[in-house]
Amino acid sequence: MAKAIENYFDDLRNTRIWRSIFRSGTGSSTLHRSLAIQQNVFLHLFSTKVRRRMLSFNATWYLGTLTFGTFLILVSTGILLMLYYHPSVPQAYADTKDLQFVVSDGLFLRNLHRWSAHAMVFLVFAHMFKVFYRGAYRPPREFNWVIGVILLLITLFLSYTGYLLPWDQLAYWAITVGSNIASAVPVVGNKVHFLMLGGNLVNANALLRFYVLHCMILPLAAILFIAVHFWRIRKDGGLYHHQSEPRTMAVQAAAAGKADQ
Amino acid sequence: MPDDKKTVPADNNEINRRAFFAKLGLGSLSIATAGTAVFAYQFLSPNVLYEPSPIVNAGKPEGFPEDSVTLDVNSGIYLIHAKEGFFSLSAVCTHLGCLTAWKPDLGIIACPCHGSKFNREGEKIEGPAPKPLPWLRTWVNDEGDLMVDRSTTIRPMQFVRV
Repeated sequence: MAKAIENYFDDLRNTRIWRSIFRSGTGSSTLHRSLAIQQNVFLHLFSTKVRRRMLSFNATWYLGTLTFGTFLILVSTGILLMLYYHPSVPQAYADTKDLQFVVSDGLFLRNLHRWSAHAMVFLVFAHMFKVFYRGAYRPPREFNWVIGVILLLITLFLSYTGYLLPWDQLAYWAITVGSNIASAVPVVGNKVHFLMLGGNLVNANALLRFYVLHCMILPLAAILFIAVHFWRIRKDGGLYHHQSEPRTMAVQAAAAGKADQ
Repeated sequence: MPDDKKTVPADNNEINRRAFFAKLGLGSLSIATAGTAVFAYQFLSPNVLYEPSPIVNAGKPEGFPEDSVTLDVNSGIYLIHAKEGFFSLSAVCTHLGCLTAWKPDLGIIACPCHGSKFNREGEKIEGPAPKPLPWLRTWVNDEGDLMVDRSTTIRPMQFVRV
């Protein structure tokens, strides 16, 4: 039975249509498997070869992958929520309530969006702590750490802009307080506050600006930097494997000692 | 040879065609970038705001008995009738913009967000607020109504006597 299924998929991979889409061809040789990664627009960002132990849970705890997973959930649920949400003062709060109580599965989608947002912030920090304490930010990976910090900021701005959209008391006062923090910037603080809100108060302009930032500008920026982040893993020599383990260091120190003599 | 002239090394003040066009290109690019920045800034600053007027009509002075503090939640101001006369304070906390509340039993103004406290004249008693609550320009119009301009602050202790 398993053989039959395998044969079926082999036949499928040899059809003309399949070959026109995936050009790497069938076969399980190293070359074929490398080509399957190299010739796919999404996968070519990644290395064609990975150390087996870097795929184990212990190596990374999958924190980066999980963060990306929450991002995918947020994009898909967010697009669906946009179909019922109007970013205007009279409608925003009512639409949020409709999503909770009237729209079929609206409560599920909204909660999924909200919990994933919380999870993403948590996972981004967990990922950064893991990278930091493993020392994986060190050269040659220092630029990917910088990209990571940018992605952290984008994540936090996404959280902050999304917080206003329900347009309830919590959202209103949170954004009032948050935008007043921006006014504390020396010299340009008040201008930043004015540009951010599109006015002096948290009002219709602010709601629309935060909506556009939340649904267009910040997600596009996130996708761009995520792509660079993944690509840099390959360019910096694959996932970091800990050479800093005491035993490895001892061996290296011994080798260095010999070289000196 | 007639072409000898071209191969004469240019002295330092002269630039060749390639350098000239590179400079021209970079120059126009920086002008265009600066223009885009100015354009973006202008576009993002609204010229007309559909925000409530800063001038508030608080009504007849008789509506405010002596020694009373009245908060108008919608306009974010206190109208206070002291012994010396009327005055109004901004009710927006100078810390991060929350709406403060008058606590009649304690005789203070308190902010619910981060715990700043002010006395009835707006001076800070405690908390993170960096400045006192500002006094707002207050006057009586021709119809005898108390008016407050929220966009104009005045020095404290200027009372309106009716």
